[in-house]
Amino acid sequence: MRVTIAGSLEEALADPAATFLAGGTDLMVGINFGRDRPEHVVSIGQLEELQQVAVDGRQTFGGGVTYTRMLEALGERSPAMVQAARTIGSPQIRNAGTIGGNLGTCSPAGDTLPVLAALDATILLRSAGGDRKVPFSAFMFGPRKSERRAGEVVYAVEWEDAGPSQVFLKAGTRNAMVIAVANLAMVVDRTRKAVRVALGSVGPTILRAGAAEELAAGLYEESGWDRPLQASEAATARFGELAAAAAQPIDDQRGSARYRRHIVGVMARRALARTGALA
Amino acid sequence: MSRLIRVNLNGEEHEAEAWEGESLLYFLRERLGRFGSKNACEQGECGSCSVLLDGVLVCSCLVLAAAAEGSRVVSVEGLAGDPVAAAVQAAMVSAGGVQCGFCTPGFVVSISDLLRRNPEPDEFQLREALSGNLCRCTGYVRIFEAALDAAKTLRAAR
Repeated sequence: MRVTIAGSLEEALADPAATFLAGGTDLMVGINFGRDRPEHVVSIGQLEELQQVAVDGRQTFGGGVTYTRMLEALGERSPAMVQAARTIGSPQIRNAGTIGGNLGTCSPAGDTLPVLAALDATILLRSAGGDRKVPFSAFMFGPRKSERRAGEVVYAVEWEDAGPSQVFLKAGTRNAMVIAVANLAMVVDRTRKAVRVALGSVGPTILRAGAAEELAAGLYEESGWDRPLQASEAATARFGELAAAAAQPIDDQRGSARYRRHIVGVMARRALARTGALA
Repeated sequence: MSRLIRVNLNGEEHEAEAWEGESLLYFLRERLGRFGSKNACEQGECGSCSVLLDGVLVCSCLVLAAAAEGSRVVSVEGLAGDPVAAAVQAAMVSAGGVQCGFCTPGFVVSISDLLRRNPEPDEFQLREALSGNLCRCTGYVRIFEAALDAAKTLRAAR
């Protein structure tokens, strides 16, 4: 194992076979336990080029921005992202872990990922060969498998401010320090007349609940996008069923497939009610 | 491979040879002989290795020592003369927040960090701030009491 503390992004991108180290909250666990022995670790956490923050209607965060800094910058904006970031780990973890790391690791349980899916975020990748932009919908394709190629770093992630009508929900055994058994993000972009629902930790990738989205969009078409939505009991139940049907859960040490599907339905119903009340 | 790592620990410059993959926690304990930061989970779950890295509360087990080169590290030993930490320590003793004591250094570092940023935390802020520190003895009630007592003492002293 060899370590380079990159002095610039250019230096960080020089070795296409490098393993990037940002906040260390994933990689260091593997190293501490002897599971991971990457040949060449390149530390990028200190790079100024990955620290950009903008929250002026289009939110942009550099890959090296920690959850704590993101929470401070967002304030009340993008509330689903705020709720997701706040459920990650503990203060110590949020002070170290980065949004770029969540995308780089690309675990199906990554808490910001369903939010990025529901916000229709764009990921900016940078390598020695140049930049490219990838929509989140085309970014992740399996557990820890993403469109990010060797030698590419998550330079930044950005999304349009979708207004206040959005929520993130997470099921786990504690409020803190918990890997999601299941999580769900729902964004109702009332200005652009779009509903997006994304599920995490219930499939090999983040899953969009398309049929549930269509149902909710129909409800808003009827009742008005600019007004609070109080869905009927029947519509709410149907929405929960459709969301649960979109899950592809498995049994594992954190929960059973049956429980996961159940909890997705519960979270979806709550999400519909809560976003409906936020006009 | 090994490399020479230099950090400013508790106001003093230190350097030692270390394996490239080792954590800051291991470096502090095994290379610099500072045993206040405890080694328990090595995965950022328990908070017993909490330190301030350039003023930010982190788990030292998740910091690559090599990446901390040139940084300012404050471990629990470095809080010995700190009035906030002194109040926290005294309150931990008087409230009965210490049983086996293993988690105590991490709690002292975390509570001191909280009280510096927020001198008047409510119960929920306190619980959230200490959610990364585990104690398997006390059941937390007396630790939370100690933190609130320390906050009160510090406010009265101002």
